[in-house]
Amino acid sequence: MKIIACIKQVPDSEAKVKAEDGRVNWGDAPLVINPFDEYAVEAALQQKEANSGSAVTALCVGPESAKEALKHALAMGADEAILVSDPALESLDTAGAAKVLAAAIQKIGGADMVIFGRQTLDNGAGLTPAQTARVLHFPMLGLAGSIKVEGGSVMVERVIEEGKQTVSAKLPAVLSVVQSIGEPRYPSFMVIRKASKANIPVWALSDLGLAAPSPVVLRRELINPPVAQTSIEIISGETPEAIAETLVEKILAEKVL
Amino acid sequence: MKTFVYIDHFQGAVQPASWEALALGKSLGAVSAIVFGQGVDAVIKSAFEYGAEEVFVADDPALAEYRAEPYAATLSALAAGHNPNLILFPTTARTRELAAMAAVDLESGVLTDVVGMEVSGDEILATRPIYEGKLLEKTTCGGKIVLATIRARAFPKPAQTLGASGAVNKVEVKAEALSEVKGYAASESAVNLGDASVIVSGGRGVSNNPSLGLEEKETAQKGFELIGELATVLNGAVGASRAAVDAGYIPYAHQVGQTGKVVAPDLYIACGISGAIQHLVGMRNAKVIVAINKDADAPVFQQARYGVVGDLFQMLPVITAAFKKKLGK
Repeated sequence: MKIIACIKQVPDSEAKVKAEDGRVNWGDAPLVINPFDEYAVEAALQQKEANSGSAVTALCVGPESAKEALKHALAMGADEAILVSDPALESLDTAGAAKVLAAAIQKIGGADMVIFGRQTLDNGAGLTPAQTARVLHFPMLGLAGSIKVEGGSVMVERVIEEGKQTVSAKLPAVLSVVQSIGEPRYPSFMVIRKASKANIPVWALSDLGLAAPSPVVLRRELINPPVAQTSIEIISGETPEAIAETLVEKILAEKVL
Repeated sequence: MKTFVYIDHFQGAVQPASWEALALGKSLGAVSAIVFGQGVDAVIKSAFEYGAEEVFVADDPALAEYRAEPYAATLSALAAGHNPNLILFPTTARTRELAAMAAVDLESGVLTDVVGMEVSGDEILATRPIYEGKLLEKTTCGGKIVLATIRARAFPKPAQTLGASGAVNKVEVKAEALSEVKGYAASESAVNLGDASVIVSGGRGVSNNPSLGLEEKETAQKGFELIGELATVLNGAVGASRAAVDAGYIPYAHQVGQTGKVVAPDLYIACGISGAIQHLVGMRNAKVIVAINKDADAPVFQQARYGVVGDLFQMLPVITAAFKKKLGK
């Protein structure tokens, strides 16, 4: 089975992110593989192990620096990694990213399964998986908590607001996965070192025979959220009961119940 | 402005933010509701009662279960035939996919998790959180038909006018499906944090009570029982920090924060949660935040309106009792 895990590089979730001169500034925080996409790589590796003769390709659209995220996927166990990078892709929206990913997947020679994380930490829209499926005309199985491949079909347990739904489709298919797929494996130091030396091919738009998709969704303004004017009031009292009584009175006075 | 609002439901149970989307659409001009499924008369009735002027309905066996492809194709064809300026959705697992696909069909884009909307000239400007809520952006969509999913509780809920009705228009169904729904299991603890007006959450601290003499997980279970009792008295939902979920104290569906659910309840009570940034961005839009923690230096106190420095095992039962008394329960 040919499995492609689509990943993105984002600022670390510990980063203090600020809007500065209309741009996003994350200071000196490191760029890392999008944490949700680690689950996509983990799911891809689990499927490789469960289906003999399979291989995992990690695919990323991003700047040259995104090779580091791909190296993380290699260290986790991906067989190969491909970066699509082009200066013309700087203001890509999710539909544009889907077109680029679909073209790259076709250039790879197609896939039986394309796996995404549920969303990215930066934009967080969570649209790219379904849009890639739409461009490829593959079925979309979103928010999978477990995956089972059998006889050319894939069955997932989809985690939705109301519970769990079992959905199946014929391969090839696009999947997005949630955390219950299992914790991403942690690569050993030796493997990380080996992956750090990997030579990762970089494809430009011309390699994909694609013109730069013009973004439809455009940012007009970037805002630092207003700092909440919370002045904390620590409730104290002689006994827990006295504290509880004061606290409950204060909460009821807020008229939020 | 002509707005279509997609009413998202699961087996007839409507995601309440659908009605908030309907009210938002109405505030911008003419509003029609879209209802897909099979046997959806009750949903249509509610759509009129919550303010729809007309309802577009695809009631068909092929749409009995939500599946991305036939729903998206049916929606895209409907939109292309009527050219609304805007299609609004509540943000749910289903609509994220549905809107994403319809946007590809309509050569447009989706503004997701919208928390504010304004119209300036011809342009619809949507405010949405990005970078886990650390930033906000105002975005616009250059497509002829703009698609937007709104975050639950970000816009006012409309009043219900019982008995209201209007025109029901049949929609042509595009039935081609690429997947098959095999089964469904309700979550063991039905939890919808996004719509909850009160959330009581637990963190690592729920397992910290050596005096019980129990194993870590058993202690945590006791802690979450106390949290559940308070949540019940307040008609609220039970939340959790990532630490509590990762430690296996409670299922993922309860997780609040960056990798869980971003919530905005009226009241958020954080118990034994130290307040990692990933958690704080998930709950800081709550109207009133209360923190209960043993550690007076815990960062959670910097976000809270009221704080209690104390042991949750000691405090929660007396707080629950005090609420019961005051609320007459």
